[in-house]
Amino acid sequence: MLQAVWLIPALPLTGFLVLLIAGKRLGDPRAGWLATAMMGAAFLTTVVVFFGLVGRHGEERVFTQTIYTWIASGSFHVDVAFLVDPLSITMALFVTGVGTLIHLYAVGYMHGDEKFPKFFVYLNLFAFSMLMLVLSANFLLTFLGWEGVGACSYFLISFWFDRPTAASAGKKAFITNRIGDFGFMIAMFLIFATVGTLDYVPGLAALGRAPEYTASAIGLLLFLGAAGKSAQLPLYVWLPDAMEGPTPVSALIHAATMVTAGVFLMVRVNPVLAAAPDVGTFIAWVGVLTALFAATIACAQNDIKKVLAYSTISQLGYMFLAVGAGAYSAAIFHMVTHAFFKALLFLGAGSVIHGMHDEQDMKRMGGLRKLLPVTSATFIVGWLAIAGVPPFSGFWSKDDILLNAFDKSPALWAVGLLTALLTAYYMTRQVILVFYGDEKWKTAARPETPAEAHAEPEHEPVAAGAHGGGSPDPAAAHGAHGDFKPHESPRIMTIPLVILAVLAAFGGLLNLPFGGTPLEHWLEPVFGENLRHVTSSGGSKVVFATLAFAAAVFGGLVAAAIYRRHRIAEARVEPRILQRAWLIDELYQKVIAHPGQALSQWLASVFDAKVIDGAVNGVASLVRAGGTRLRVVQSGFVRSYALAVALGAVGILAFALVRSL
Amino acid sequence: MAGDIPILTLLVFVPALGAGVVALLPKERDDVVARVGLGIALLVGLLSLILLFDFDRGEAGFQFVSAHPWIESFGISWKLGVDGISLFLVVLSGILFPLAIAGPHVHHDRKGYVSWMLLLEAGCIGVFLSLDLFLFFLFWEIVLVPMYFLIGGWGYERRVYATLKFFIYTMLGSALMLVGILALVFLSQKATGKLTFDLVSLAEGQSVAESTARWLFLAFAASFAIKCPIFPVHTWLPDAHTEAPTGGSVILAGVLLKLGTYGFLRFGLYLFPKAAVDLAPLFLTLGVIGIIYGALVATMQKDLKRLVAYSSVAHLGFIVVGIFGLSHQGLQGGVLQMINHGISTGALFLLVGMVYERRHTRLIAEMGGIQKSAPLFAAVFTVVMLSSIGLPGLNGFVGEFLVLLGTFVTHRWWAVVGTVGVILAAIYLLWAYQRVFHGVPEGANATFQEMTMRERAVMAPLVILIVALGVYPKPMLDRISPAVDKLVAHVEAHSDFKEPVIPSVDVDLAAAEEGH
Repeated sequence: MLQAVWLIPALPLTGFLVLLIAGKRLGDPRAGWLATAMMGAAFLTTVVVFFGLVGRHGEERVFTQTIYTWIASGSFHVDVAFLVDPLSITMALFVTGVGTLIHLYAVGYMHGDEKFPKFFVYLNLFAFSMLMLVLSANFLLTFLGWEGVGACSYFLISFWFDRPTAASAGKKAFITNRIGDFGFMIAMFLIFATVGTLDYVPGLAALGRAPEYTASAIGLLLFLGAAGKSAQLPLYVWLPDAMEGPTPVSALIHAATMVTAGVFLMVRVNPVLAAAPDVGTFIAWVGVLTALFAATIACAQNDIKKVLAYSTISQLGYMFLAVGAGAYSAAIFHMVTHAFFKALLFLGAGSVIHGMHDEQDMKRMGGLRKLLPVTSATFIVGWLAIAGVPPFSGFWSKDDILLNAFDKSPALWAVGLLTALLTAYYMTRQVILVFYGDEKWKTAARPETPAEAHAEPEHEPVAAGAHGGGSPDPAAAHGAHGDFKPHESPRIMTIPLVILAVLAAFGGLLNLPFGGTPLEHWLEPVFGENLRHVTSSGGSKVVFATLAFAAAVFGGLVAAAIYRRHRIAEARVEPRILQRAWLIDELYQKVIAHPGQALSQWLASVFDAKVIDGAVNGVASLVRAGGTRLRVVQSGFVRSYALAVALGAVGILAFALVRSL
Repeated sequence: MAGDIPILTLLVFVPALGAGVVALLPKERDDVVARVGLGIALLVGLLSLILLFDFDRGEAGFQFVSAHPWIESFGISWKLGVDGISLFLVVLSGILFPLAIAGPHVHHDRKGYVSWMLLLEAGCIGVFLSLDLFLFFLFWEIVLVPMYFLIGGWGYERRVYATLKFFIYTMLGSALMLVGILALVFLSQKATGKLTFDLVSLAEGQSVAESTARWLFLAFAASFAIKCPIFPVHTWLPDAHTEAPTGGSVILAGVLLKLGTYGFLRFGLYLFPKAAVDLAPLFLTLGVIGIIYGALVATMQKDLKRLVAYSSVAHLGFIVVGIFGLSHQGLQGGVLQMINHGISTGALFLLVGMVYERRHTRLIAEMGGIQKSAPLFAAVFTVVMLSSIGLPGLNGFVGEFLVLLGTFVTHRWWAVVGTVGVILAAIYLLWAYQRVFHGVPEGANATFQEMTMRERAVMAPLVILIVALGVYPKPMLDRISPAVDKLVAHVEAHSDFKEPVIPSVDVDLAAAEEGH
C-alpha cells in the first residue's frame, strides 16, 4: 500500500494538466468538480498509504520510493523520491483533507467568475506542489515544492490582477519569500558541503553529529527560509496583503497549508536543531514575539480577513515557539488543529463576504447571526476553538505548546499566555462585530472611507462589477446597502463549513493529554530523543490549563464589555498605530525599498550611463579627435572595414575549401 | 551513420553555403527566400540533432574529429571536434537559428536578412567546433560581420551608434586575442621546436612560462570578457540588444554571448590552467558584481528590451562564477546555464519582439493589463519569466543551483553574495511583469492581439524545453559530465588547485558504526 505514495501528488498534477488543456471546455462548474475530485482521490490515496504505514511497527515506519534521478553532477546526486514516515503522512493527510473541503467550497464561491477554470488550474498545481514539499525525500525536492507553492501563491494573490493592490500583493509575497529562499539555498549548499548529500535519510542523522557552529548556521539559514514562508518576524509583511486573493485561497494557502511549510521544515530538521540548542531558543523567541506582535495588530483591524491574517501569523508564531522548545509534536498538533479552525474561520468569513455582497469591513456588519445561521454557528465553533475554550481543539494544542514553553523558559510561557488572552480578545471582538449587535448594513449608505484613516483599503476595492469576487449578484455590491439583505451561502459552501466545524470542535482528540497522546506517539519515531518531554505532574498540568482558560475567558469578557456593552469607546482601544500595523510596512519602504530603488536608479542613470559608458564613449572621442580622417568617414569607415573583414574571411574560407578538398 | 560523413564539417558548411544560395535567389520572391532559408536552418538543426544522438555520452575527449592539414608551413589545420562542453551549444544553435529566422517579422529585404543569419550560424558553430587556434580566430571574426550588418540593416533608431560600439568593442578584444594566439604559438615553438596552432597539443604541452602564460591568458580573457560581457565592459550589450532586430537579439543573447563563456572554458582554462586558477578570484568578483549590478540596473530600465539585456549581464555573471569556481558542479552548471540562458532569454526576446510588433513601442510605461487582452501570451511570458527567475522545475534552476552549489564548495563567500541575485531576479522581472501585464488594459493594450498560430509554433519548442530540462536535466548532465571531469583534472594537474573532497555520508555512517 505504501507503493501508492507517488499517486498522492500525481493526482492533483493530472488535474492540473487536464485543466490546463481542457479547463475552458469543461467550464464552470465542471472544471471545479474535476479539481475537487482529484483532491478527494489524493486524500483517499493518502488514507490508504497511512494505513500501510500503521501496519508497520514504530521504527520501521520509514519508506522511501525513488522515481528517477533528477540532478546528478559529480558527487552531487538528487533523486525525485518520496519519504513516507509519520510526519510526512500526517502533513499529507491534512493537506489533502482540508484541501478537498476548500476545493469543494471554492466551486460555490468562485461560481460566476469569468476565470473560474483558471482558478482551479492554479489550485490543483498548488496542491501538487504542496504535496511534493511534504512528501519529498530530500531538501531539494522539498525546495521545488516550496517554490512551487510560492509561485501558485503569487498567481492566486494576484488572481484579480486588474486591481493594482492585488497585483502588488502577489509580487510582494513572491519577493519577500525569495529573501527567505536565499537562506534555504545557502543552507542546502552548507548541508551538501558538510555531509555530501541532501537526502533526509541518512543526511539528517549525519547532520545531528555535525559541529555545533555548522548545525547552528544551517538551522538559522533554514529558519530564515521558514520565516519567509511562514510569515514570521521580520518577513511576515506579505501575508496581510495576501488577503487580496480570493477567500478560498486565503483559507487553503495562507492559513491551513502553505504557511505551515516553514514549521514543517523546522520539524523535519529536528536533528539539526538538537545539535544547535541556541538556535532553538532563538526560534522560540522569534515565534512567541511574532505571536504577540501580530495579535496586537489583530485587535485593531476592521477588515474581516485582515484580522484572520494577523491571527494566522500569530498562531504560526505559537508553532515556532513549540519548535524552538523542542515540542515538535505539539507544533504539528497545533498545525493540524489550526488548519481545521482557521480554514473554518476563513471560509466562514468568505461566506459572510459572499452574503454581504463583497463587504469586508466589520464595522458595516453586525447582527448577521440570524440571517446566516449555518455560517454563524460554525464560525462560533471556530471562535471557541481558536480562543482556547475547552473542549474545542485549539485549547488542547495551545495548552500543549504553553506547557512545553514553560518547561523551556517561564518567560516564553508568560508571553505566550498574554498572546492567548489577546487571541480571545480579538476573536471575540470579531464575532461580536460581525454576528451580534446592530445591523449596521441596514441603516447607512456606504460612506466614503477617508483614505488616510487606514493603512490598507478596508474593503475589496473597485472591480466588484467586473467579477464580484465570485458573487453571482455583483450589481448589488454597488451603492447603498440599505435595500439589500445579507443571505446565507449555498449548500456547497456550507457543507465544508459544517465538516470543518466538527473537526475544529473535536480535533483535540488527536492528542488528548489524558488519552495517551496518540499523535505524539505516532510521531515519536521521527523525533526520538530530540523531543522535549515535560515531566510535570498531572496536577500542575491542570493548573496551567486552568490559567490558559482563564486568560481566554478574561480576554473574551473584555472584548464583550467594549464591543457589546460599549463600556469604553471603540476608538480608544483601536489606536491608529495598531490599525496601521505598527507602521512596519512604511518603515520597510523607507529603510529598504526607497534606498534600494534610489541606488538602482543611480546605478542605471548615472553610474552605468555616465561613468562606465561615459568612459567608453570618452575613449572613442579621444581616438576620434586624434585621427584626422575619421570625421569624414565616421560610420562608413566601420562599414567598409566590416566588408573588408568579410571579404577576407570569404577568401580564406575559399582557400581552405580548395586546400582541404 | 555520422561516422561515414564528416558531420562537423557539414554543420559549418551547410549554413555557409546556404547563405550563398539564399543570396543568389531573386530578391522579389520573398516566399521562396523564406522557405529556402528556413529549410536550410532546419537542415542544420537536424544535423545537430543527429550529432546529439550519435554522441557517445561516456567519452570525455573530442568526438567526430575531422582534421585536415591546411597551411602546413604554419602548422595550421582544419580541425573540428565536439565534446560535452560544445555539444549542446551546437544543438542550441541548431534550434535557435530556425526560430530566429522564422519567428520575427522581417520588415524589408528578407533575402539579406536570412543570408546574413545563415552565415552567422556557420560562424557560431565554427567557433564551437574549432580545435585549431587559427581556425577558431577565423570563425570568431566571421561572426562579427553578419551581426554588424544585421543590427545596422534591420535594427531600430540608434542602430548606427549601437553597431559602431559593438564592432569597435569586440574588435578591440579580438586584436588582443590575436596577439595572444600568435605569442602563444611562437613561444611554444621556441620551447618545443614545433610550430602548431593545434589546441590540444598546445594545451597538453603547457610549454610557456608561468608569468608569460598569465599575460597570454589576460589577452584571451579580454576578448572573452567583452563577449560575455563581464562588468565593466558590458555597455555595448544593452545598446546592441535594444537596437538589434528581434532575430538578432535572440541570437545575440542565445548564442553569441556564449562564445565568450565558451572561450573561457575551452581556451582560457584549457590553455592556461595555472593562470586561470591564480586569477579566479578576480573573475569571480567581476562575475558576482555582474550578477548584482546587472539585476539592479535592470530594475530601473524603462525599455523592456533593455531590461532583458541587463538581465543577461546578471545571468552571464552566474556562468562566469560557475566557470571560475572551478568545481565540477560549478563548471557543469555553467555549461548547462549557457544553454538555459539561450533558451530562456532567446524566448524572452522573441516575446518582447512580439510586443513591439503589436504596440510599436518597448516602453514599459506604455503598456498595462495585457494579461486581460491576451491571456495565452501572458501565460507563455510567465513560464519564460519564471524560468529566468530560476524556479525549480524549470530549466533555469538546475544550472543556477549547480553553479552556486559548486562555487560554494570551492569559493564560499562569492557564492553567498551571488545567491543574492536570486532575490533580485524576482524583483526586476515581477515588477516589469506587473506593469506590462497586470492592471486594466486601455487603448491599444485593450486590443492587444493574442498569439498567432505562427507565434505559438515558434514558442512551443522553447516552452517544452524549459519544462523538460527543468524536470529531467539528467540526459544533458550525463553528456556534459565527462568533459567537465577531464577539464577539472587538467586544471588540477597543471596548478596547485585541488577540488575539495566532499564528505560522504556513507563513509560517515560507516565510521559511526565502527565507533560503536
